[in-house]
Amino acid sequence: MDIVLYAIGALLALALIFGAILGFAAIRFKVEGNPIVDQINEILPQTQCGQCGYPGCRPYAEAIANGDAINKCPPGGQATINTLADLLDMEPEPLDAEHGQESVTKVAFIREAECIGCTKCIQACPVDAILGAAKQMHTVISDECTGCDLCVEPCPVDCIEMRPVDITVRTWSWALPQPNHGKAGLIATDLRGQTV
Amino acid sequence: MNAIAKSPHQDIQSPVAGSQVIASSERKIWPLTGGVHPEENKHQSTSCPVSVPPLPETLVLPLSQHAGLPADPLIRVGDKVLKGQMIAKASGFVSAALHAPTSGTITAIENRPIPHASGFYDLCIILAADGQEQWCQLAPVTDYRQLSPAELVEKVRDAGISGMGGAGFPTAIKLAPGTAINTLILNGTECEPYITADDMLMREKADAVIEGAEILQYMLGAQECLIGIEDNKPEAIAAMRRAAAGKNIDIVVFPAIYPSGGEKQLIQILTAQEVPSGKLPADLGMVVQNVGTAVAVKEAIVDGKPLISRITTLTGDALTAPQNVEALIGTLAQDLLQYAALKASELSTLVFGGPMMGFSVDRMDIPVIKTSNCLIAATEDEFPAAPDAQACIRCGHCAEACPSSLLPQQLYWHARAENHEQLMHHNLFDCIECGACSFVCPSSIPLVQYYRASKGAIRTQEAKHAKSERSKQRYEDRLARLAQEKAEKEAKRKANAERAAKLKAAKTAEKTGSDAKAEEDPIQAAIARAKARKAAAAGASESTSAGQAPSASDRPLSAKQKELKVQLSMAKAQAKKTERALAAAEASAELKGDRGDIEQLKSNLAMLHEQVSKLQQAFDEKAQDSASKNNPEKPAKAPLSDEAKKLKIESAMANAAVKKLQRAIASAGEDELDTLKQQLVTAEQKAAEMKQALEGLS
Repeated sequence: MDIVLYAIGALLALALIFGAILGFAAIRFKVEGNPIVDQINEILPQTQCGQCGYPGCRPYAEAIANGDAINKCPPGGQATINTLADLLDMEPEPLDAEHGQESVTKVAFIREAECIGCTKCIQACPVDAILGAAKQMHTVISDECTGCDLCVEPCPVDCIEMRPVDITVRTWSWALPQPNHGKAGLIATDLRGQTV
Repeated sequence: MNAIAKSPHQDIQSPVAGSQVIASSERKIWPLTGGVHPEENKHQSTSCPVSVPPLPETLVLPLSQHAGLPADPLIRVGDKVLKGQMIAKASGFVSAALHAPTSGTITAIENRPIPHASGFYDLCIILAADGQEQWCQLAPVTDYRQLSPAELVEKVRDAGISGMGGAGFPTAIKLAPGTAINTLILNGTECEPYITADDMLMREKADAVIEGAEILQYMLGAQECLIGIEDNKPEAIAAMRRAAAGKNIDIVVFPAIYPSGGEKQLIQILTAQEVPSGKLPADLGMVVQNVGTAVAVKEAIVDGKPLISRITTLTGDALTAPQNVEALIGTLAQDLLQYAALKASELSTLVFGGPMMGFSVDRMDIPVIKTSNCLIAATEDEFPAAPDAQACIRCGHCAEACPSSLLPQQLYWHARAENHEQLMHHNLFDCIECGACSFVCPSSIPLVQYYRASKGAIRTQEAKHAKSERSKQRYEDRLARLAQEKAEKEAKRKANAERAAKLKAAKTAEKTGSDAKAEEDPIQAAIARAKARKAAAAGASESTSAGQAPSASDRPLSAKQKELKVQLSMAKAQAKKTERALAAAEASAELKGDRGDIEQLKSNLAMLHEQVSKLQQAFDEKAQDSASKNNPEKPAKAPLSDEAKKLKIESAMANAAVKKLQRAIASAGEDELDTLKQQLVTAEQKAAEMKQALEGLS
């Protein structure tokens, strides 16, 4: 009988010790905020365009962390969806067409002759990529423009257009080789006698 | 896997141990990992000495002939330039200057096709040669040892020299590595088939190569200098040995194997050291330069000449006279191919660079640039179209051939799956794109293209990620700025409110101090003031109306009467204004000597005055009338109000007439007098109507 009591006593003592350690660790190493939100935010393209229905990338990251769909980001496209699916261990889904189509990278361009200097686009730009002052001509810093489209709507004289970013010699890269249509996977001798 | 890659595959690799005897160098050499032996095809272009083609009419000089930022033009269209004059300066640290290869006129700075795998256009300076070949002022250095290495590096930078082996990295940067350099290695390997430019250079300019090597050695402070040459260039080896006799320069000969000419591969062969992934040869205390670059450095320092020409191999079965030429930078491929007697009908592929690492172009108006070491005009038989890729049979030949000890097969699978993480894990960026794996692939898979595409995709993605990081930062900065602005506004508003409250408090304190009797609050005081004002006004009206309408003096006027009074006073005021305007018109008319109309105006005004006085009478009568009628009972008001209405309308009409007249007179000019007259006539009519109405009322 004694031996049972000793065992219970020893286990109780151990439980107390480990409980104390765990309790201490829970307080000492408490993580502020939700780290998964930061990780999701890191993957999102940071255009701050609001096409997902949230007022910026971070709010959408928070929404995803709370269980919203991961396919609402047209600027990120399928690549972002796949990376998010990978991170969150979900099945990648196609982009939700309701929020827009995946398109080539664009940047805003102000037709400067038509600009009246109203500063409305400057206020709309989420990344401060438009330069100008009241009654002065405005211009877009194209290197900083995320192509979010948000400056086009407020312009009273419609002098802002979205221009696709041209591929130059310096941004060009090789394309992946196209698989041979219908012939891929065949061994060379299989093609004998066929007109190639 | 490394062990397999390093074990020599007899079909592909030469037995290195045996070839050491052939090398007959006292210096020990080491085998290259992997490697292949493609057919050399070098003999075609080495049969005749390097020649100088005739001066072309037009030179096309791309601003980006080197790795890094494009050069910045210093000239304008229409400028005359001299041979050797700098026409574009380096626009950053990793950039190189550009010089006029001959004297002539700049005809344009525009987008032209450039030698690039993309086939894209890029900004080029177009120079029309004038045939004078007039040099600009040169600054040769008689004894380079008088100058410091830093000064020499500056001269190399100004000469616009970039690596002539193919990659085109600006040489000046490599010559100021910032770390101690022990070994200078000159690359005379030229391992790629067909190309013989360096071979011919070493044969014909061996002394210049050695002199360049000495200058480079001095600039880098390197104790030893090795010149690595493959054993398939016996003439070049002999010439170099002769030139280097008695100098502190080692000519190291080793068996030919592709790609021994790669920077890291050559280091491995000559020193047995491997440059770690992501590091530079400078980290091992070594610098590798092409022999052509050494000659360019020698010419820049000793002769003061910038880099304006290079030796280019013209070869391929479609040429009748394959050879090496000393071509001016910017010479179009078509001019050179014509010089080498191109059989246009047989040309099927034009390749810039060698068959392993070069790229084909689909046009001939592309210029030779600083990195163009070879042009291959190939026939269909020579470069047949690539056979269709078959399935990978996992034979492993590619891994054995890879000089960088990579796993090409794994890279291929991951590239196909676009699995960038795995590609990075398999060190994709250590691939030198030599093409050895594609060369040995029995399934003809274009492996290198997969790697190039994947590298491009990864770079693009990294650039995107960097940009999104910056966007995030900017977005957060903006939010912080907006929050700060809001807080500042709020603080300002609060401060303003506080100041206003203080001022108010100070004012009331002052008031209570000066007016000790009035102890009631300011509102009460204001009410009292208003009451006093009202009382005073009442007293005044009593005194004025006493004479005219004694019966109405003790009670307020009816609403209708009030309106009538207002109309009357307005009519009076307008009459007065008309008078004033008339006076002004009179003054201006006097100057013009036209008085007839003024007389008329005056008479009309008199009539208006009459109307006003009549209106006044009507009002007075009405006031008495209403006073007498209002006194006994109220129903008598109805007929009266009707009359009052009529009167009101009439007076309003009169008002309108007066207003019109006033406006017309105010803007009276000679040309407007006619319309003015017409307006006066209508005013008269209205006045007459008014009279009638008034008569009727009375």
